[in-house]
Amino acid sequence: MKLLNQSVKYLSLSILAVITVWAVIFYFSLFNEIKSSIDEGLENSKRLIIRNAQQDSTILTKSYFDESFFAIRQIDKQTAFSVKDRYLDTVLNMQDKDDETPEPEPVRMLITAFELDGNYYELKVANSMVEEDDLVKELLSDVIWLYLTLIISIIFINNFALKKLWKPFYDFLSQLKEFRLEKNQVLPQVKTKTKEFTDLQNAVNALLRHATQTYEHQKEFIGNASHELQTPLAIATNKLELLIENGNLQNEQAENIAEVMQIIERLVRLNKSLLLLTKIENKQFLDNQTVSLNQIARSCVTDLEEIASFKGVSLSINESAELAAQMDASLANVMVSNLLRNAIFHNIANGNVSVEITETAINISNTGQPQKLDENLIFTRFYKPNSNAKGTGLGLAIVKAISVLYGFQVSYAFHDGLHNFKIDFPSA
Amino acid sequence: MKILAIEDEPQLLGNIKESLEKENFLVETASDYHSAIDKIFIYEYDCILLDIMLPNGNGLNILAELKKAGKNENVIIISAKDSLDDKLKGLELGADDYLTKPFHLAELNARVKAVLRRQKLDGKDTIEIANSVLDLKERTFMVDRQNIPLNRKEFDILNYFLLNKNRLVTKSALAEHVWGDNSDEADNFDFVYYQIKNLRKKLQSAHADIEIESVYGIGYKLVEK
Repeated sequence: MKLLNQSVKYLSLSILAVITVWAVIFYFSLFNEIKSSIDEGLENSKRLIIRNAQQDSTILTKSYFDESFFAIRQIDKQTAFSVKDRYLDTVLNMQDKDDETPEPEPVRMLITAFELDGNYYELKVANSMVEEDDLVKELLSDVIWLYLTLIISIIFINNFALKKLWKPFYDFLSQLKEFRLEKNQVLPQVKTKTKEFTDLQNAVNALLRHATQTYEHQKEFIGNASHELQTPLAIATNKLELLIENGNLQNEQAENIAEVMQIIERLVRLNKSLLLLTKIENKQFLDNQTVSLNQIARSCVTDLEEIASFKGVSLSINESAELAAQMDASLANVMVSNLLRNAIFHNIANGNVSVEITETAINISNTGQPQKLDENLIFTRFYKPNSNAKGTGLGLAIVKAISVLYGFQVSYAFHDGLHNFKIDFPSA
Repeated sequence: MKILAIEDEPQLLGNIKESLEKENFLVETASDYHSAIDKIFIYEYDCILLDIMLPNGNGLNILAELKKAGKNENVIIISAKDSLDDKLKGLELGADDYLTKPFHLAELNARVKAVLRRQKLDGKDTIEIANSVLDLKERTFMVDRQNIPLNRKEFDILNYFLLNKNRLVTKSALAEHVWGDNSDEADNFDFVYYQIKNLRKKLQSAHADIEIESVYGIGYKLVEK
């Protein structure tokens, strides 16, 4: 859930609570205010009625409520003295404009007593009251409208204000998503004076600098280590070659030396592959030119034809279009030949390898083990599905690194018993 | 034939010297920039093996000095850096070849001989041993003036063996030379064996006076019968 929606959610829930409490309190205070205002009106009517009664005694005979909303009845002195002014809520039959017949309507009534010419009278003055359920209904609908208006305003305010406030954060986030641990990367910048965001930027950048440094050191270390190994490996190989040449060896000794030489060979291959990987990742191949992949594929096929036929694997190439890419020619060669070698060496007797070149992709499929390989693992370094494989386990990692360097997509699929490696050249 | 090997690693220098002396070359050594410069300008060499990374100087500067002085010795750069940049710069400065460490001694031999042969080329480019002639230009192989058809790889293998006559050629040196540098797979060895077997058969049925011997199962050696 986005921050924007989160804040709308919390605000609308809390505002709902606040408005509900407020509506209840408002209702009661409004109701009391109405009552006291009516009571004042009743007091006024009482005085007017008593004054009118002094001039017009017919009023004193009005013993029931009619259009003038009061009733007078004579009472004895004792009762009169015991009467105190009191206001009460009661009902009277009335007919207002939405009623067909008179029906009980709530009224506010003042009961009082007065004395005129030695006679005592009880006076009831009434005034129509607001109907409680009408009031509640009205208030509820107003409250709902208020609530909706508030929510809509909040959404709008959120959209404008919050979006504006959080914009630096989202900018920063998108820069961070683009960030790669490579040399000369510009650290993400947040354009704001908001302290929290600048703090975030400082913390993240410190972390990134540290990570970049570690990454660089690690890369440098692999590069330097492989580099430093070259000379000792050369010495060891050459020493053994001379030792064998100088002869006078028992067969057993020679076998041992052969084994050591093979181990050194393996180290040499491993080391060369690591150096190549480091060079690719350090972008040390800058001799980019337009390379015809058709040509590269054809020459790789020619180079490997004999060894393929020795292994009983038939090689075929099918070019349906010319495919060219901007890249280093030697890397193009490494990329295609690694895939081809892979397809030839992980094959079965009487198997086949077919290379297909289309306008945008090169496709190499081969027969082989009937199980699908793990596409998440095959391009990782040193991955060997069976431990007795003699390769370095770096061939496909190199293919992947070259693809990443130039923005090609390399993918693996397995269907109908064929392993299929494909390189897409999006820019071609 | 006089060769100067310039390399700062004494053990490697010793190996190079020992190997080249087996070919009856006269080998002199230098292990830093200054002694290398001294020797180059005092003596004449047929071939100079040059390490790029030297104490107190860059090997490429030696090349530049040679060029400035108008000396046109054959130079093979030997470097631990397989960097295209260095390679291009070296070749631009007049180096004849570029060899990356680690290398097989057989490969070094082949490169040195190839460079030396190129120098004294007089129209034809052939290697003659006993009754056999390998024509590098026409890519043909003759035994007693009879053309023996060889396929591409067989020709390359034989050429490599002839450049390393009487010397050990390990299987991996052969595989690397003939099937390329970036071979990732060790099971090329079976294929090497298979190719050698075919080549031996051809040499035998043509009655060539050379043969390819096995050396302890590690490699091969081409000898005159």
